[in-house]
Amino acid sequence: MPDTDKDIAGTDFSGPDETGHFGPYGGMFVGETLIRAVTELAEAYTELSSNREFWKGFDADLADYVGRPSPIYLAERLSDACNGARIWLKREDLNHTGAHKVNNTIGQALLARHMGKTRLIAETGAGQHGVASATVAARLGLQCRVYMGAEDIVRQAPNVYRMKLLGAEVVPVESGSRTLKDAMNEALRDWATHVDNTYYIIGTVAGPHPYPQMVRDFQSVIGREARSQILERTGALPEALVACVGGGSNAIGLFHPFLADNGVAMYGVEAAGLGLETPDHAAPLCAGRPGVLHGNRTYLMTDEHGQILDTHSISAGLDYPGVGPEHSWLKDLKRVQYVGATDAEALEAFHQLTRLEGIIPALESSHALAWATRLAAGMTSGQNILVNLSGRGDKDIEAVARLEGADFGSISGVGR
Amino acid sequence: MSRISQCAARASAQGRGLLIPYLVAGDPDFDTSLEIMHELVRQGADMIELGIPFSDPSSDGPAIQRGVERALAGGANLNGVLELAAKFRVGDTQTPIVLMGYLNPIEIMGYAQFTERCARADVDGVLVVDMPPAEAGDLPALLSGREIDRIFLVSPTTTAARAKEIIECTSGYLYYVSLKGVTGAALEDRESVAENIVRLREWTALPVVVGFGIRDVETALAMSELGDGIIIGSALVERIGQLPWASGRKADCISEAVALIGAVRQALDAREGTGELNS
Ligand SMILES: Cc1ncc(COP(=O)(O)O)c(C=O)c1O
Repeated sequence: MPDTDKDIAGTDFSGPDETGHFGPYGGMFVGETLIRAVTELAEAYTELSSNREFWKGFDADLADYVGRPSPIYLAERLSDACNGARIWLKREDLNHTGAHKVNNTIGQALLARHMGKTRLIAETGAGQHGVASATVAARLGLQCRVYMGAEDIVRQAPNVYRMKLLGAEVVPVESGSRTLKDAMNEALRDWATHVDNTYYIIGTVAGPHPYPQMVRDFQSVIGREARSQILERTGALPEALVACVGGGSNAIGLFHPFLADNGVAMYGVEAAGLGLETPDHAAPLCAGRPGVLHGNRTYLMTDEHGQILDTHSISAGLDYPGVGPEHSWLKDLKRVQYVGATDAEALEAFHQLTRLEGIIPALESSHALAWATRLAAGMTSGQNILVNLSGRGDKDIEAVARLEGADFGSISGVGR
Repeated sequence: MSRISQCAARASAQGRGLLIPYLVAGDPDFDTSLEIMHELVRQGADMIELGIPFSDPSSDGPAIQRGVERALAGGANLNGVLELAAKFRVGDTQTPIVLMGYLNPIEIMGYAQFTERCARADVDGVLVVDMPPAEAGDLPALLSGREIDRIFLVSPTTTAARAKEIIECTSGYLYYVSLKGVTGAALEDRESVAENIVRLREWTALPVVVGFGIRDVETALAMSELGDGIIIGSALVERIGQLPWASGRKADCISEAVALIGAVRQALDAREGTGELNS
């Protein structure tokens, strides 16, 4: 395992600055119609986040409604199979609605209500953020519309139905590559059109300021809990943290409270798709370059003419050509190492965890598991790796069955 | 004085409203775009906004999105747009060209090289939809160094203080977005356009042109009444998308596509003509 950078001490990780920049990344790159909306949002968040009552309400919702704190779990059989470091899982899969996404939607819904907005919109890839948005909308009695790429609607059918059950309107997006980035374009268009009454809940640490900061703050509950849990269980900080990176919210949520801990290595695992050497992946930090998309400057998958490239990943939630700007900054600072796991590696990890631990992970989280098992194999049994199990795989079983040529109907429909 | 400022001053002296069509460069292909541009001028366009195709046009409505998709399907990119602008200039030394687009293609080319290429193509102005002045870095200074106008948008949601800041950064003309929404949406609140333009005029001597919801002669006349000029984009791009370019009747397609601009010009001139008689 590579040593963590010795220069971390003294680095200030408290970004962004007041205009939303993490070094050269981040910012507020939106059309003029939305400037006032993002400015007001930033002001409202600044005001509310200095209010202790707000955080009390947030914590109470996370406890009673989401079921926090989520436990950490020592995956003994998985660790044994790697014959190396011990692998701990931060069980975000046990949250209400099945993923870390709800931590963020709880916080943003409180903000939306505080701002007097009556209508929520969201983009979604895997559908987890859409479900988490529809859930908080139902709970607060707000109207909710979710934009979802037409291709993702096919890949994540169970979540589409869940959103509808929750009373949300799911709008298929047919433009561009018909995935998450196009859903985000459509949500931005909706927001510009209904800016007076609408609150846009972005599902990850991307988008214009203040989203990258705000979503990170809401998701940092993961890392704060995990830090004290692992200290309590092992008496020390872990040697390494591992999380998958789509837009990067579960990863930053885990990493952020550990950034100043010199000895803790961090790995953000991007979707390497069919391989980083092919064009078919979704790994801007591993194989992209800085550019501007969806309101911020960050590493992107873009061609030499500045067109955003189509991405590929087995997991809809990682199938995004950009990444949160704070990750771009942490990459340049070398505080976090960004690596890739392929479709095949993720699928293997999906089965491995399911068979060895009786936990079906989300395909997104399976990317983190794939890297963690590799990492563990090169370490010793006295060392600990903490993996963010960002979500459960119930939403994926149909897609996995299809991928593996099994007829989902005949598997599930015992005798039909 | 820049070509844009000269053009605006001339129109103002003649009491005529500026007519600025927008088309997506390379839709359906660059050769056709060039012919459309010249025909637009023949039909009375004062300036032309040339859209740079970008894969993720998040401020545009369906009509321009489709235009962009058609252009990208034909392989259009920023290089091609700059070449198109240069070719147009060979046949037309008068009509100002404004490049309008999103930041990423410019960012990837590099601001210095982009500016240099614009200067060589004799482009007159640049408008980057998702680049507010505060995020513009050294691009405005580079453009200004080559006497290329920096055009920014003001919208119905822009606060007074901010509008004044934007005006400080703007040259050529100020683009007033007539509605809350994306390009091509329906223009509903005409009163707010009138009020806001009156206020903008108190703060600036720049020409104020109105765009986003203008789709026919009627809206064109109404909006031209309020500002110094109008921009017609979606309505033109939509027509371009509906025509049978592959039919072999290209000349017919072009005149049909551009007919709206000719009709608007005539209507504007007729009204302004009457205005002159009355005064
Ligand atoms: C379970 C799960 N993990 C991870 C992600 C990726 O998002 P992020 O990188 O923001 O955590 C998603 C997105 O849908 C998800 O559903």
